[in-house]
Formats: sequence, structure tokens, C-alpha cells
Amino acid sequence: MENRSFVQRLIARPEFGPLVLLMVELAVFWGINPDFLSPQNISNILAFTVELGLIALAMTLLMTSGEFDLSVGSLFGFSPVLMWTLYNSGVTSLEVGLLIALVVAALIGLVNGWFVTQLKIPSFLVTLGMLLVVRGTALFITDGFPQRTWSAEGSWLADILVGDFYVGPFRIYASLFWFIGAAIILGYVLTQSRTGNWIQAAGGNPNAARARGVNVNRVKVGLFVVSAVMASLAGVISSLRTSAANPNSGTGYELEVIAMVVIGGTALTGGRGTIIGTVLGILILRVMRNGIVLIGVPGLAYNIFIGAIILGMMALHSWLERRHQAGT
Amino acid sequence: MAEPLIRMANIRKSYGRVHALVDANFHVNEKEIVGLLGDNGAGKSTLIKVLSGAVPLTSGDIFIRGKKVTLRSTSDAIAHGIETIYQDSALVTQLSIARNLFLGREPIKPPRFLNRMDQEAMNAVARDLLRQVGITKNIPPTTPIGSLSGGERQAVAIARAMHFDSDLIILDEPTNNLGVAETQGVLSFVRSARDSGHSCIFIAHNIHHVFQVVDRIVVMRRGKVVADDIDPKKTTVAEVERVITGMSDKEIRDAISDGRDSHG
Repeated sequence: MENRSFVQRLIARPEFGPLVLLMVELAVFWGINPDFLSPQNISNILAFTVELGLIALAMTLLMTSGEFDLSVGSLFGFSPVLMWTLYNSGVTSLEVGLLIALVVAALIGLVNGWFVTQLKIPSFLVTLGMLLVVRGTALFITDGFPQRTWSAEGSWLADILVGDFYVGPFRIYASLFWFIGAAIILGYVLTQSRTGNWIQAAGGNPNAARARGVNVNRVKVGLFVVSAVMASLAGVISSLRTSAANPNSGTGYELEVIAMVVIGGTALTGGRGTIIGTVLGILILRVMRNGIVLIGVPGLAYNIFIGAIILGMMALHSWLERRHQAGT
Repeated sequence: MAEPLIRMANIRKSYGRVHALVDANFHVNEKEIVGLLGDNGAGKSTLIKVLSGAVPLTSGDIFIRGKKVTLRSTSDAIAHGIETIYQDSALVTQLSIARNLFLGREPIKPPRFLNRMDQEAMNAVARDLLRQVGITKNIPPTTPIGSLSGGERQAVAIARAMHFDSDLIILDEPTNNLGVAETQGVLSFVRSARDSGHSCIFIAHNIHHVFQVVDRIVVMRRGKVVADDIDPKKTTVAEVERVITGMSDKEIRDAISDGRDSHG
């Protein structure tokens, strides 16, 4: 077993399939339309990619622990609405508004985790209910209208979250560094830390983990909180970048984020997760969305491609998993 | 006489009107392998669940080396040196051998606030332990449990119990679904556990496996311990079967022939 060649070990890795798919995607889009790899297009792809990516990173850990969170899209819309409402009504400064939005998100994550771990209700049902509660609250407090957004330019908060600058011809947003930082930290937690071992055990065999003294419930509740806070932060970043706070924004993001995570190689059933795979999964879906428009495929056909990618990648992961279990 | 390692006195466990254990008395001495036998529904699984902290007892007392203890959870039992190994349920198949061995007690590299596992140390200990339990095949400690055979998984679970100095290792049907060679492997792991100072409770439906490895046989019937000092070297499988079923030789033969008739 120790003598497996480098190539065999590379192919057995769950990130291998997504990496190949991304390469193929890049080559095809670039081959059909060379503008695809233009600095301006790359900057465009990266700007929004990292915002959705922040949610996907946290979702990777949560799904590795055997749960998932459907309320992230609604939090993406709700948190900026809450922050701007507090600011516009003169209750708080923008910074305190952000802090309150994050704390409220953490509490929502806590409630999700409590329902799942204490009342033993599947996370699908709990977070579906929370999705409706949060989205409904956002619509109710805004009467369904977008919030008035003050131009955040010049604020230190906007500078550190979405300040932009040019590296050569590339326009880079500060959020890219938040994303890279989050990927490194969460990747470290999952693969190097003791907590990561507990997260994988909680998803793989919760009874065995409990029998070893791992507090599975605490691990899961913690991850629900991280997931909610990251969705909230992503929503605020997006709102500051676009100067918009719409109570409906983020609709459908939950499914796109889950798709990114599973395409990357994280098991939907829990027990196995990869942050590198998720980063690849994020890029695969965002590049696909951008690329098919650039090569002239109608944008409405996007979901056909996404569905096909998900089915294809699931088949590939299942095949690799069977080979891996067979020790070949 | 020295206090036994474990003594369970007058244990009762009821589920509503159903009495799974009725004043059961049971003990395990130091460095002893006890075979726990009984028909389906005899109460052996319930007795083990009580001892491993998985279910609370209705009444009765548990003593470890003469000291009364309360086992509220499996972690409680582990903290008291009682480790239960269920086939297929004790390990996380997605994690490596080393990560399974140290699950919940991972060594941390300094600085501690980084919470970083000392994977080199875990791998080194895992390699040693695999050799100790007699796995001669060169299996890297980074191999996921899912790639191992049933016997190898049992060996990893036993190695873990040995490493963390569990005084008592409970093996629930460890030879189920295993081939002949693998079964012999598991039996030898159990012997090596005893030789290094651990006591074991061995539960198996296959009486022949029990006879090969245990020092003493305890038989349960209808929630009670009906025999607790059977020496496998001085008795036969047929005699133990009689104790398990509570039937005479003739009754056993009739029951077997009835079974054959009904199966055509």
C-alpha cells in the first residue's frame, strides 16, 4: 500500500476530479473566446466568487460534520438589510450595525444548532424553516423594498472589507484576501487541528466519536454558528461592494453553495471534506456561469450545465470512492 | 480473596414491564478473559450496555476494584478504564488508523493555542501498536479504516484499548462475519491483550471461538447469570450448550431434529 505511485495517489485524491474539470473549463472557454482570460473578466469573476466562496468554505466544515444549512442565502440578504436599517434610522453607526448583524447571525446559527442537536430534527427541515423565518423578517422590516444605501466609500469598514486596488491590469478587492485567509484557516482547522478530527468523526460515525468523549453536539452547534456568521459577512461585503441591500438577495444561493461543496469532493453524507476541493468547486461554478455567457450560450441555460456538472462529478466521486475502499 | 476488577451486584434493568436483567451478578478478575454466553434475549447485551455506560441500570451496584462507581455514559466508562468494542461501530471509517487510535485524545504540538495535532507522534505510536497486536502486514498508519478488513479493524480497536490502558476490554461479537484466518487473528489479538495485563469480556455466538480463548465462561438465561464458573478446559461444548438452553441432551436433539423437519 505504501508503494502506490505518485500518480495513483494523485488520482485517488478527491480534489483530482474537480481540478481536471476546472482545467478543461478554462481551456474550452479560452479556446472559444480569448477575452475570457482578459484581466477585466478575471477581475469580474473574482469579485463575486469570493463572496459566495466565504459561505461555501464554512459549509464545507458543516457538511463534513454531517449537517447542512439552507438558511445561508436568506442570511446573505438579511444581514445587510439589518445593518443598513440600523444605520439609516440613526440607531447605530455602520460599524456597530455590522457587529449587531454578525451577532444576530451567530444567534440564528445557535438556534439552528440547538434544534438539530437537542430536538434531533434533521438539519434540512430546521434550516428550511429558518430560511423562511429570516427571509420573511427581511421582507417584513423593509416592506419588500431595497434599503437606501449610503455610499460606503471612504469608510474604514468599506476599505478593509471591499477596498479595491490594481495589481497591474487586475482589479483586486480586499474581500479576496478575506477569502484566502478564511480558506487557509478553515483548511488548517479541518486537516491539522484536533477540532478537524472531531468534525470528520462527527460526520463519519457520531456514535463512535461520542464513545471516545468527543462532544459531537458542541462541534455541530459551533459549525452552524460559523456558517451563519460567514453568510452574514458575505452578504455585508456584497452589499458594500455594490451599494445595495435588497431583502431578496441571496435567493437560491444555498443550493449553489452546497453544489460547490459537493462538486469539490466533500461527502454529502458527512465524514469527509476538503477545503481545496471546495475552492475548486467554487471556481468551477463561477467560471461556468461567466464562461457560458461569454461564449454566447443563453444565460438561462446555465442551470442545465450546473446540473450536468453535479451529476457528472457525483458519478466520478462515487467511482473514486469505491476504488479507494477497494484499496486499488 | 482479592477484589475482582469488576463486580456487578444484583443488577436489574427493566424496560417498562419487560425485565431484561433480573438480579444479575457478574464479575471479572484481573488479567482474565471471560466468555459471556447466552441465547438471544438472555440479557448479555443489556448487561454489557450497562457496564459500558450505554444504558442506565434500574437498580444494583457496580464496583471497580471494590470501589462503587456510577456509569452515566460511555465516556464515563472509558474514564473508568472500561472500553467496549462493537464490530463496525467503534471506528470512523473515513479517518486514518492513527487518527482513530487517538480520537478524542489527540496529542497537541506546542504552541497549544494552535490546537495542532502531533501527527508524526500519532503515526509512530500507531505503527508500534499495530506490531504489538500482531499485524505483520505493512499497513501505513495513514490508511483509512475503510480500506481495512474486518479483522484488521478489530485489531485497531483492540490496540486502541490497550494503548490507553483500559483495564477491561469488552468485545461484542468480534468474530462475526469474519473468515477463518481473520477469526484466528482476532483471537490472538485478544490473547495478546490479556498477556499485556488487560482483562476482557468476550461475547460470541460461536461457542467454539469462545472455548479457544477464554479462561472462564459465564452463562446467562432470561436475564439471570445461571453459571459463572465454567472452566473451558474441564468441560465440553455440548455441556455448555445445555446450560445455555436449559435443556437436556435429548431435548436439544429433539429441537434440532424439529428444526430440520420444519426446514424440509
